[in-house]
Amino acid sequence: MRFTFDERTYEGRPGDTLAAALLRNGVRVVGRSVDLGRPRGVFSAGPEEPNALVRVGADPMLAATTVELYEGLAAWSLRGKGRVDLAEPAGRRCDKGYLHCDVLVVGGGPAGLAAALAAGESGARVILVDDQPVLGGDLLAGRATLDGAPALDWVAGVAHQLAVLPEVRVLTRTTAIGYYDDNYLTAVEKRGSGERLWHLRARRVVLATGAQERSLAFPDNDRPGVMLASAARTYANRYGVRPGARAVVFTCADSGHEAARDLAAAGVEVVAVLDARDGAEITGTTADGEGVLTGVRTRGGGQFAADLLAVAGGWNPVAHLFSQSQGRLRFDEELQAFVPHLSAQAERSAGACRGLYGTAEAIADGYAAGSQAAGLTGFAERASHHIPDSDERPPKPPAPLWVMGDDPATSFADLHRDVTVADLQRASGTGMRSVEHVKRYTTAGTGADQGKTAGAVVVGVMSALLGTAPGQMGTTTFRPPYTPVSFATLAGRDRGALSDPVRTTAMHEAHLARGAVFEDVGQWKRPRYFPLGDEDMDEAVRRECDAARTRVAAMDASTLGKIDIRGADAGEFLDRIYTNMYSTLAVGACRYGLMCKADGMVFDDGTTARLGPEHFLMTTTTGNAAAVLDWLEEWHQTEWPELDVRFTSVTDHWATVAVAGPKAREVVAALAPEAAELAFMRCVETPVAGVDGRVFRISFSGELAYEVNVPWWYGAALWESVLALGAVPYGTETMHVLRAEKGFAIVGQETDGTVTPQDLGMEWIVSRRKPDYVGKRSHARPDTAREGRKRLVGLRPEEFVEEGAQLVAPGGGEMLGHVTSSYTGAVLAMARDVAPGDRLEAVSGGRTVPVTVVEPVFYDPDNTRRDGDPVERVGTVGEWRPESPAGRFAHRFLSASSERVRLRELPFVRMWEVRGRDPGQGLRLGPAWWLVTGDGGREGWTDVSGQRTVLELSGPDAVEVLVTGCPIDLHPAVFPGYAQTLLGKAGVILERTAPDVFRVYVRSSFTGYLAEWLLDALSHPGSGSSPPSR
Amino acid sequence: MMLIDCPHCGPRDENEFTYGGQAGIAYTPDVDDEAWAGYLFMRDNPKGWFHERWFHAHGCRTWFSVHRHTVTHEMRPQP
Repeated sequence: MRFTFDERTYEGRPGDTLAAALLRNGVRVVGRSVDLGRPRGVFSAGPEEPNALVRVGADPMLAATTVELYEGLAAWSLRGKGRVDLAEPAGRRCDKGYLHCDVLVVGGGPAGLAAALAAGESGARVILVDDQPVLGGDLLAGRATLDGAPALDWVAGVAHQLAVLPEVRVLTRTTAIGYYDDNYLTAVEKRGSGERLWHLRARRVVLATGAQERSLAFPDNDRPGVMLASAARTYANRYGVRPGARAVVFTCADSGHEAARDLAAAGVEVVAVLDARDGAEITGTTADGEGVLTGVRTRGGGQFAADLLAVAGGWNPVAHLFSQSQGRLRFDEELQAFVPHLSAQAERSAGACRGLYGTAEAIADGYAAGSQAAGLTGFAERASHHIPDSDERPPKPPAPLWVMGDDPATSFADLHRDVTVADLQRASGTGMRSVEHVKRYTTAGTGADQGKTAGAVVVGVMSALLGTAPGQMGTTTFRPPYTPVSFATLAGRDRGALSDPVRTTAMHEAHLARGAVFEDVGQWKRPRYFPLGDEDMDEAVRRECDAARTRVAAMDASTLGKIDIRGADAGEFLDRIYTNMYSTLAVGACRYGLMCKADGMVFDDGTTARLGPEHFLMTTTTGNAAAVLDWLEEWHQTEWPELDVRFTSVTDHWATVAVAGPKAREVVAALAPEAAELAFMRCVETPVAGVDGRVFRISFSGELAYEVNVPWWYGAALWESVLALGAVPYGTETMHVLRAEKGFAIVGQETDGTVTPQDLGMEWIVSRRKPDYVGKRSHARPDTAREGRKRLVGLRPEEFVEEGAQLVAPGGGEMLGHVTSSYTGAVLAMARDVAPGDRLEAVSGGRTVPVTVVEPVFYDPDNTRRDGDPVERVGTVGEWRPESPAGRFAHRFLSASSERVRLRELPFVRMWEVRGRDPGQGLRLGPAWWLVTGDGGREGWTDVSGQRTVLELSGPDAVEVLVTGCPIDLHPAVFPGYAQTLLGKAGVILERTAPDVFRVYVRSSFTGYLAEWLLDALSHPGSGSSPPSR
Repeated sequence: MMLIDCPHCGPRDENEFTYGGQAGIAYTPDVDDEAWAGYLFMRDNPKGWFHERWFHAHGCRTWFSVHRHTVTHEMRPQP
């Protein structure tokens, strides 16, 4: 395999890491340190690497010890830290996935393999994750035998047994990076073209994360050629690379002797093995002109020529995940290391990560941990497993040694951050006692490696400086991620158009075709204005306003929230929620209402109509639709469960067109003759162009106006018909101008959570007769009842004023209020202690504009425009064809489908939501809530046919697509057949109708988002692990 | 990501729910200003067990109460 490093071409071997390949080619200096610029080489053979940081392709900073070599890899050296290239890395594709299991095993070494096998054999669902391309863990690095055969034979045997267990999933190249509440772990899998971030939920976790060798601090211990002894051994045994020609081994533990033995076997001349337990001590190193190691000096005048110094400082159990899980560590005096002590979650450590360093011991502990985990999740524990005989000798305790020599300024405790023993002495000299303070003061442990090799040295040195024991010092907090993770990995597919769901109405394609300029309202895309030719916004809005004021204009009002409210106590409930009265509203009448939070502040507004004695339809603001439904359900369920009332969102079911202007009646007469002569604030359920519809005569502009509703499938047809009948399309900007001219407040514009209905001058809407409504008690609080609160006023500015401009008396003084809405001819403000005729100044951005306070109604204060013109001429309406929400995706669904996974829409499915009594059919969505499909609606059921559409995903890979966005467990033994949950970022009902067939019921307005999300998933098929190749 | 046991849907990820704050706060508007301010603005914030409300917004839309330990996040159903 050819690769380049700093533009020079080298040859490596398949299976090499970049670090192994560099050593294979004799590259000793891999980079320079972050602060001091000292030459540095490969120090470790794993994710703990502090030195060999490189740029690989578009990845700005990776440890060369974790980069799997591939043909054509291009890498560059770094000085301690990388820089992000903002250009999009071509071809990179990251995503995420959700998996669930009974037993999650982290680590594929002897303990992890044994644990996974023991749990898997019991029938438990097991996931085994390991960061390496191949299983084996530490056995890959050694030459141990088990039962007289190479240990890797045992590994291969277990791997084969795992592969044939149907409920065991092995994820290699997968690093567990985070351990969160309730056994929720995240893991990054390196795949061919990017990474997948796995979200794993396990009933039991077995941590078998092994141990990492620690470093020692001594003078010039950072030279290229100084390496962990375990790493030198790994390069010799696993990669067949001699990490040097002449080696000195310095050890505090038995592992140094193993390394010396294996290096010698690999043809490295081992000139000395120095054991700290025999009193040996290094006092310094020498280097050549490049800074590469040439020799080692020892206490007593010893001097050894060597290009490799293998250092075995002892072992640290990898307790990062255990510690992230909130488990408590203790310091083991014999091992001289922190080991897991008290678990906080349903978890157990096994093998070297709890300080059991022998291979046979790790295997035995793994079997025990796996069996126990299976037993605790309800599976039969197998009594015994064969523990193979190992040829290892039992380990002797390590020397408690952290620092050597007499030159603290060149003795590095943290190689990555260039923190020396002298820095630690300074920290202790300033009075710091806590490792957390020392970490922040010196930056030790804050590098990308999070101090994996340095942490123990820092604690050891600090405890020596402070005359305490390492166990008293403790460790710094371990935080996710265990290894660095790119933002691209975290973002996955939630980027670009899929970064946030976009909600669209049934008329969206028509708006696009007309060149609408959109604005975001919550997640909705709403047309702001419809420019003709080269009109700018002001020109377009002037034209649209003129049409609404003098002829007829139409707006897509489908985004307004709509809540179907039924029940014998529906009127009583609304009386308690709204500030005004609804129980007395006549059937067929509409009323505008305000609702407040309990603190008395305006929360939402809208028009609610009575469709029947026990049936209302509430409308909400676009942005508050979900919050209002939550609010109604909260009060009903938690305070007034005795009231017979039920709520169903029908926002997406109904497509709504507001028709406004003196000629609006002609448009409505052509569409729905029965509705044309509706009185103001009346409504009717009536056919609209032959389709079941509803027409409300309500006005947000002061003109004669109707809101015409038809089911989603006919929304586009309704819109086109209204425009064909002469209405001029208008957007939200014109809507704002028209309402501001009438002095109508907008929730969230005039209000900000500190405004009462009285502040808006709407005392008339606050009932004094009702015993209570939410907010009533607060309207009597001294602060809300006092004089001198800000109130809604109008302003006449001498030139344009900005929304948000501050109002002050002429010449300055206290702030009296602020401008809330500003349009040509209509400016609204909230201000205190002012009256019509007062002169104020509006200050914004250093600009001061004189303004005069006026009444907040700028247009037709006597409401003479409300009834418009009589009908003179009735146009005709063409035939309507229904359109399903995903109809426009049909061809793309077809071409993205394959034998493995197929996607299609099941259009025009009739659906009903049923609440209260069990209909004996359908999907039960909540305690008293069902979704019934089919043509047979019954009295009291709510038609929601347009509320959702049904997408069908089928084929053997359907589940593999769903797990990339659905957080719940889809295993056939667990998944109940259907559930309401999330897919991507959209709420869905997921129904399995056959083993490989899923129906996804998605809100119609989210259909475009979810269709694109699914198409994106289907456009990149393939699962499972493959070597990196980008 | 806590795993919350919805009484209707069973265990689900925390992000399917919205938090409802302290449970057991009775709506009693017929009180003096100080008591009313307590209803509006004052809530307990203990280190330890806490009786609190959750709403399964992305599931069955049920409000329910649990006891949660604010240090360990252990949850127990309302007794």
